[in-house]
Amino acid sequence: MRPVRSTTGPVDPSVLDDLAGSGPRPGTPGDVVGGVVPTVVARPRGEADAARVMAAAARHGLSVVSRGGGTALDWGAPPRSVDLLVETAALTGIEHTADDLVVTVGAGTPVAELTDVLGAAGQRLSADPVRVGGTVGGMVATGVCGPRRLLFGALRDLVIGMTVVRADGVLTRTGGRVVKNVAGYDLAKLHTGGQGTLGMITSVTFRLHPTPPALRVVTAAVSSRAHGERMAAALRARAVAPSAVALDWPSEGGAHLHVVLEGMAEGMTARVDGVRAALGGDTVVSERLPEGWGLVPARGTLGFVACPPAESLAAAERIGELVRAADADVLVRGSVPSGALHAVFPPGTGADVIATAAEGVRSRPGWSLTLMRAEQHVHEAGVDLWGEVPGLPLMRSVKDALDPRHRLAPGRFVGGI
Amino acid sequence: MSEALTTLIPRLRDICGPDGVLTEARERRAYDHDGLTHRRSLPGVVVLPTTTAQVAAVLRLCSGTGVPFVPRGAGTGLSGGALPHHEGVLLTTARMRRVVEVDIPNECAVVEPGVPNLDITTLAAPHGYYYAPDPSSQAVCSVGGNVAENSGGAHCLKYGFTATHVRGLELVTPEGEVVRLGGKAPDGTGYDLVRAVIGSEGTLGVVTEVTVGLTRLPERTVTLLAAFDSLDAGGAAVSAIVSSGVLPSAVEMMDALSIEAVKAFVDCDYPADAAAVLIVELDGPAADVDAHLTEVVGLCTAHGARRTHTASDDDERARIWAGRKAAFDAVGRMSPAYIVQDGVVPRTALPEVLRRIAALSEESGIRVANVFHAGDGNLHPLVMFDDSDPDGYRRAEEVSGAILDLCVEYGGSITGEHGVGADKACSMPRMYSPDDLDTFERFRRAFDPSGIANPDKLLPTPRLCGERPGVRKGVHPLVESGRATQF
Repeated sequence: MRPVRSTTGPVDPSVLDDLAGSGPRPGTPGDVVGGVVPTVVARPRGEADAARVMAAAARHGLSVVSRGGGTALDWGAPPRSVDLLVETAALTGIEHTADDLVVTVGAGTPVAELTDVLGAAGQRLSADPVRVGGTVGGMVATGVCGPRRLLFGALRDLVIGMTVVRADGVLTRTGGRVVKNVAGYDLAKLHTGGQGTLGMITSVTFRLHPTPPALRVVTAAVSSRAHGERMAAALRARAVAPSAVALDWPSEGGAHLHVVLEGMAEGMTARVDGVRAALGGDTVVSERLPEGWGLVPARGTLGFVACPPAESLAAAERIGELVRAADADVLVRGSVPSGALHAVFPPGTGADVIATAAEGVRSRPGWSLTLMRAEQHVHEAGVDLWGEVPGLPLMRSVKDALDPRHRLAPGRFVGGI
Repeated sequence: MSEALTTLIPRLRDICGPDGVLTEARERRAYDHDGLTHRRSLPGVVVLPTTTAQVAAVLRLCSGTGVPFVPRGAGTGLSGGALPHHEGVLLTTARMRRVVEVDIPNECAVVEPGVPNLDITTLAAPHGYYYAPDPSSQAVCSVGGNVAENSGGAHCLKYGFTATHVRGLELVTPEGEVVRLGGKAPDGTGYDLVRAVIGSEGTLGVVTEVTVGLTRLPERTVTLLAAFDSLDAGGAAVSAIVSSGVLPSAVEMMDALSIEAVKAFVDCDYPADAAAVLIVELDGPAADVDAHLTEVVGLCTAHGARRTHTASDDDERARIWAGRKAAFDAVGRMSPAYIVQDGVVPRTALPEVLRRIAALSEESGIRVANVFHAGDGNLHPLVMFDDSDPDGYRRAEEVSGAILDLCVEYGGSITGEHGVGADKACSMPRMYSPDDLDTFERFRRAFDPSGIANPDKLLPTPRLCGERPGVRKGVHPLVESGRATQF
């Protein structure tokens, strides 16, 4: 259990009055966000209610954090303060236009529920969640997705519209409900991965894909970085159209490459043969995704590494070397042809080990490492979560424009945004 | 010419060299419009920088003096996004045409903004790759312009838009700062500014370098042509295909009027008496393509297609596409003038919306040819008129505007790929609330606090659209007094 702190004094009764109708209650240690106990917790009953809550927060100058499934409250830096925690649990509703392959979902809807509803209609949101138990709003606000981004696009590419409550409580819309639309700025791209620092997402519209009738996973052991690079290059040279090429490289037990093929059953034999020929050596073919597909462990410090795709194996190897040199462990997994990897440090991994790995990655041109989630002792040691952030002054301007008083998740994002 | 602009010119010459600055009216005239030809405005001065440093110096100068600038790529845009400002600088990237790198192991290319879209595919094809966004102007339109407009094309149904494929940008902000956003890696740190800048129509700065992802050429590509006896039947076939679980790379449709027009113009094998033709392209692993083709042919037949024809070799496929690609030009031969509309409707609403467009056309007596990206619901009605008739344009514009209203009524968009530009800035309130527009405005000012980057584009202003943008009632006083025109 983390030590907790509260940033404000007792609850102002006029705040509770203004939030009446959204079930306001005092925050408890169970509501902690990045080590901070919120002063008040509210649960708006719908979009209009959410706007009223945010407008009240603006009037009282309250700092605000949103909470979906509560699976990423320890992501980002600890907020400077949380006067108000807004629970999105009642912002539900799934409006699935199956024939258009489009769905509009309330932010508080559990991802699992969405998956079930879409699955029943033979469709899916083709982004692999990285956490279990999250909501749609949380998934979008953290912006992270798993290896099938290779073929279907990253989560941001699947979002076609959003409704967002601005810091001043104004409900706004960006994008639309059609798959093709270039009217206006695509602000949804900023909210995706923006960790609630630019507004509170209340609903999201996604483009969907039909669930492919057949799936095969071809798995091969990777004996070294060079071996993995040869396999990746051989796969690139064949038009087998994998949905994912995922690396799984733990400290112990050896690395594996999983190649996921999806499509018509008739074509699978030829495609599997193509993949096996590219990988060479022994392979195992399965009709199911590996256990825990796309997920990152729920505990420990989590880094996200982006690099030029051809350097994915090199990045994975470098992290492993840096961490093992300090007698620690790390699991590196992610999409090789996308150059998008997660580095998972087991709970208790020393801040110095993590700092060394982060700096070691960031020192290479074109590589970045973001500590998406860090344990308390890592924060306390002052480890830099982001490294150099190109465009930071512009990001600050955007923040100033949309949340001039810096009340939304203050301090949680890059550069103290 | 304003005094500010006059004093700017020698300094622009210092930056871009004597041949990089055009001041003669005769030279400037060539830049007074883009692909939206009926809107013209003579630029105050034209600059043709060759380097990022020059672009940055020009923008610093503009910012320091408050002179507006308008970026321009190849000038093929259809929404007047590059319509010049008569007291401003028109900055064209036409001379920034270097391909910095084609990097096959990283499946990307790094290019300057003036490089034509198709050049990337030409360079990548020998390695088994191509650049997926394929606007119909791809042989001439520039990558920088594609970034500004978030261009799509016939194949964006499956492969997405420019924003799906661009990984990194070098941006010169309106204040002249050079910022590198993203790169060969797919994601950056912090807000996704790369994809927020894409589609911003030159209002957030000038992009001076682009890193684009390359896509593996598919194992098999087939193109299907299906002819229908009614537009309704074709529209229903499209809805059936979209909801069937097949994801074609393109689904294009043309109605009787556009078929008639192209048949007079190119040799394309479309049945002369068809009320609609559908072009469906499928690509991917061979077995998937074959299975999907069987399904699509079945759906077309079930919806009354009286003829289907499948082409799998490049020449035959090109013949099918020739008609579609020539459609706009062909209609141009059929009618003295026309307006190209660019609205989007949910794909399931296609048959109904097409019926209502036909009714609009009948009521008004204005001919409308429908050529469109049916698979993603992106309509391109070509509204024909006689520009020698003094009332012709106004009447056509009325029908065109009514079609846009239809798109919004069905939950769609006022533009699917041509952009807002100067053409639709006053139409934005049809789709977005004043609060939505205010949010856009705040975002814009975060990049351009002094409002000099492509002003009067993308968002409605009282100056352009009257105090209540979008509401048109009577004649605008400025128009009445002859001091302004309204389109």
